Amino acid sequence: MLKVTNLNVSYGAIHAIHNVSLEVHQGEIVSLIGANGAGKTTILHTITGLKKATSGEVFLEGTNLLTTDPAKIVTLGMAHVPEGRRIFSQMTVKENLEIGAFIRGDNEQIAQDIEQVYSHFPRLKERYKQAAGTLSGGEQQMLAIGRAMMSKPQIMLMDEPSMGLSPLLVKEIFHIIQELNHNGMTILLVEQNAKMALSIANRAYVLETGNVVMEGNAQDMLADDKVKKAYLGL
Amino acid sequence: MELFIKQVITGIQVGSVYALVALGYTMVYGIVKLINFAHGDFIMVGGYMAVFSIPLLMNAGLPAWLCILAAVAVCTIIGIATEKIAYKPLRGAPSLSVLITAIAMSLFLENLALILFSSSPRPVNNIFNMPPVTIGNIQFSGVTVITIVFSVIIMIGLQIFIKSTRMGKAMRAVSEDGQAAILMGISTNRTISLTFAIGSGLAGVAAVMYCSAYPQVQPYMGSMLGLKAFIAAVLGGIGNIPGAMLGGIIIGLVESMTKGYISTQLADAVVFGILILVLLVKPTGILGKNVGEKV
Repeated sequence: MLKVTNLNVSYGAIHAIHNVSLEVHQGEIVSLIGANGAGKTTILHTITGLKKATSGEVFLEGTNLLTTDPAKIVTLGMAHVPEGRRIFSQMTVKENLEIGAFIRGDNEQIAQDIEQVYSHFPRLKERYKQAAGTLSGGEQQMLAIGRAMMSKPQIMLMDEPSMGLSPLLVKEIFHIIQELNHNGMTILLVEQNAKMALSIANRAYVLETGNVVMEGNAQDMLADDKVKKAYLGL
Repeated sequence: MELFIKQVITGIQVGSVYALVALGYTMVYGIVKLINFAHGDFIMVGGYMAVFSIPLLMNAGLPAWLCILAAVAVCTIIGIATEKIAYKPLRGAPSLSVLITAIAMSLFLENLALILFSSSPRPVNNIFNMPPVTIGNIQFSGVTVITIVFSVIIMIGLQIFIKSTRMGKAMRAVSEDGQAAILMGISTNRTISLTFAIGSGLAGVAAVMYCSAYPQVQPYMGSMLGLKAFIAAVLGGIGNIPGAMLGGIIIGLVESMTKGYISTQLADAVVFGILILVLLVKPTGILGKNVGEKV
């Protein structure tokens, strides 16, 4: 579904991503793990056009994303839940969900889908009129995911959804990710919380200073000594 | 008492014009974090449009106030063109470069007008043929009433647009977080163009309102008016739309009260004094606030 081939990305003179190739198939959860600064977020930003690539290819179902207008990418069925949530904090919860459906014109269906998001996240319904910036971290993450759901994507890129959340909330968010996946959503998950990320993923890639150093079945990786030592703190 | 009420009404009238202009500054700032110093000069462009279109309208047997359409149309075009030609190539450039470009754009428009229309002021024909309105024993000119009513309608309309339409929400989204807005499928370029279009269209309206009260147009008329409106935007909280409206009215009132009770010559000094005071005491302006964000 999503295919990244020999991707290179630079920040000025700093070569941040080296020949990274990865693939996400329909219906999978693929985790991209690695330490801080390994380039995980940069890869997601390049896929959705927020960052320009120096070379390489990114294809979503046959469309070259690197030559696509970044604002058009969401219309191809790919949503990005960015690092740090990036919700519109001065807009209300409901407005955030509405803006998530910006590319759609079917107002009645949008209203129904907002209700559906509320059914996933009842707390958002309680606070629908509140400015999104006043929500707690966990609620903001739920809103960011709900907002991404509103574009009706086939594939969702999620960047550090567990960041800054209590262990209990992390569990809840991961449960939601699995639920989305059960309902047919393909997911590319970037996480520092490697253990959680591997435990729900089908496959995974390990990124180290801009290079893919390992890839494979997520369960095998959980059992791998090298991964255990480097990323799971065991 | 009579003087007081008269000054208040005049203040609101002038303030409405400032508010319309301040909206342009504040909306553009909200979206691209740029103080468009050429914005004041859009008013001058609108003023000349009124000067030239009124005789044509009258020859065609149409009412003079239709010149507002010409002013709005040309100001909108100038606004979009300025953005595309002067500001868009600088997106992502250091803010100092953009600021210098904005000042250059302002000088360019003023000097272009100087070449095209010469420095001598041109009179503006009577725009609104309205009988004066008498309330109690105080008489207001029809222009005053029209300016206030029209401005209020426009401001309410703008507020509804921003609050509840799809494009209005998109504008707010871009102004808060441009990158996140792109992820929602919002084209930043289109949103920026729309913002410039609305802002400069409002300058066109303000131009006609201003010319109906002070029926004279010259190449530099926009610079002082623009500066005062800019102060109004800062006073209300730059980037904040209701703030611009409030700031405009306050500046208009302060100016009118100073003229009525202290001295006409001091009016500008007091207005600029407000800018200094705001920057010292509350740089975010009256309605501008640093929204605390939970992480």
